[in-house]
Amino acid sequence: MNAVPDDLRAGLDDLDRRIVLATQAGLPLVPRPFRAVAEQVGADEAEVMRRFRRMQATGIVRRIGAVPNHYALGYRANGMSVWDVDDAQVDALGEQVGALDFVSHCYRRPRHLPHWPYNLFAMVHGRDREEAERQIAVIAQLLGAACRGHDVLYSTRILKKTGLRFAGPDRD
Amino acid sequence: MPELDALDRAIVNRLQAGLPVSERPYAEVAAELETSEAVLLERLQRLLDERVLTRFGPLYDAERLGGAFALCAMAVPEARFDAVAEQVNALPEVAHNYRREHRFNMWFVLATEQPDDIERIADAVREQTGLPVYVMPKEREYHLRLKLEA
Repeated sequence: MNAVPDDLRAGLDDLDRRIVLATQAGLPLVPRPFRAVAEQVGADEAEVMRRFRRMQATGIVRRIGAVPNHYALGYRANGMSVWDVDDAQVDALGEQVGALDFVSHCYRRPRHLPHWPYNLFAMVHGRDREEAERQIAVIAQLLGAACRGHDVLYSTRILKKTGLRFAGPDRD
Repeated sequence: MPELDALDRAIVNRLQAGLPVSERPYAEVAAELETSEAVLLERLQRLLDERVLTRFGPLYDAERLGGAFALCAMAVPEARFDAVAEQVNALPEVAHNYRREHRFNMWFVLATEQPDDIERIADAVREQTGLPVYVMPKEREYHLRLKLEA
């Protein structure tokens, strides 16, 4: 069985898939990284650059960038703040919360009543809990009366972190 | 914790915004940061080696590549926490798992190739642990861009 999902097959051609597989662990740290990728996938540098520009334009590649480790940067208080926001207003307010400087990710997710009333998730990062609590207070003020309740869940231990890897055509 | 100097911090901040697609992208960014390509590459390697950066490269939108993802939450009795963590972590579909301070104390991300597999794996966890698993897939993402100051 071919392990590449159908949607991947439909949206990207074979060269795109080879580029994804060659770079999902990272971009080579050499002066001409796209030439290095090109050599790995059997294409030329200009073609690989064209493919990256296209994948960026269509949103398949968000950006070619660095993912920081918050702990190593001194952010010790990493909190998942969760909010019960009026459904009619959650999208407009979510955009504003997501735009705050200290919010790294902001998502809408389904509630699980009565156990879990929260539909808006915003990750905050403070050097200590006081700083994170100040950030949460800013979000609370922004949401105002549209928010019926909130909570914050600090991470205390990473139990597993393997990252997301896509299976290559030869794996199952 | 690794010591970071001003150049390290400038590199972390600049590279969160993204590398240009060009023949010499590192040289372009190095010029912006008033350093050399060789120094930038060396610093970048060190930041990765010291785990200040967990990754550097194209950030793919996994859902647009056809995979399915869902955040899942469990309220695990403290006495069973480690044993349940072991059961959950043993599943290859579990990409991350965090302990959080809350009644819902275990939060993990399932990554599967097909959307139907999310519920199937969640059911497997329910069956193995005898505990409820609350599946919370992302319904919408707001304004995603990283902008933490290093």
